[in-house]
Amino acid sequence: MKLRDIATVLNAKVTCGVDKLDEEIGMGYSSDLMSDVLTLDTDNLILITGLVNLQCIRTAEMADIRAIVFVRNKKASDPMLELACENGMCILESPFSLFKSSGLLFQAGLKPIY
Amino acid sequence: MKLTFNIQGGDFTHAGKPSSEVKKVLKQLNVDGKTVKNIVIALYEAEVNVVAHAWKGTVSAEIDENKITIFVEDDGPGIPDIELAMQAGYSTASKQVRDMGFGAGMGLPNMKKNTDELLIESIVGKGTKVKMVNYFK
Ligand SMILES: Nc1ncnc2c1ncn2[C@@H]1O[C@H](COP(=O)(O)OP(=O)(O)O)[C@@H](O)[C@H]1O
Ligand SMILES: [Mg+2]
Repeated sequence: MKLRDIATVLNAKVTCGVDKLDEEIGMGYSSDLMSDVLTLDTDNLILITGLVNLQCIRTAEMADIRAIVFVRNKKASDPMLELACENGMCILESPFSLFKSSGLLFQAGLKPIY
Repeated sequence: MKLTFNIQGGDFTHAGKPSSEVKKVLKQLNVDGKTVKNIVIALYEAEVNVVAHAWKGTVSAEIDENKITIFVEDDGPGIPDIELAMQAGYSTASKQVRDMGFGAGMGLPNMKKNTDELLIESIVGKGTKVKMVNYFK
């Protein structure tokens, strides 16, 4: 699924990586637990989360995750966006809940890991 | 090549900088992507442990032709029972650490999974030394 389509489905604002919107994402993973995200073997993944802090971006950086959706209108801070852009990530902000965002993307054909 | 960094206990804002630097260097050296990911995830987990559980620490990464050897050493409370700490799910992390998205007791097992060699030595009341080795494919 193209990041552009993910943004449309989630009614999301793209706050970083507008140039990445044509990239294909294969799978989605929803979690607020970074410890868990760090155990995933998959890359080419979009992380859907309600946890908005710098460590979330760091975790994505180490795990080679290229895109993150922050749900419920949570805003990434400037240092977070700076770090994300520096690492070539795409950041989306959706008004929907974690549950609704995940459901909509699943319905649209994004694959789960487990 | 040797890289060294300092880590401050409790400072979640800067946790990850050493891993990030090491990642950049390994990419420049054309180390295979999967291996780089293993190394930086293990190092990041070790860094977060110092930030979450200890007072201060250092990272030193020695990069050779065919491997990287990383030492993460801290001044801190130490680990009384390393075997117990290695068990998935065992954690003494504070609520603050859990609110940051960590503290699920999965860090040490994940370090084991992502390294070729992992050695942990600890003295209660003094600190912990972690040695990790990864061979390049
Ligand atoms: N550097 C350290 N200094 C002191 N205690 C540590 C250190 N690293 C790990 N520990 C202890 O081992 C436990 C398990 O560590 P880990 O598997 O990384 O889980 P977590 O960090 O999520 O608690 C920690 O909760 C802590 O009690
Ligand atoms: Mg840990």
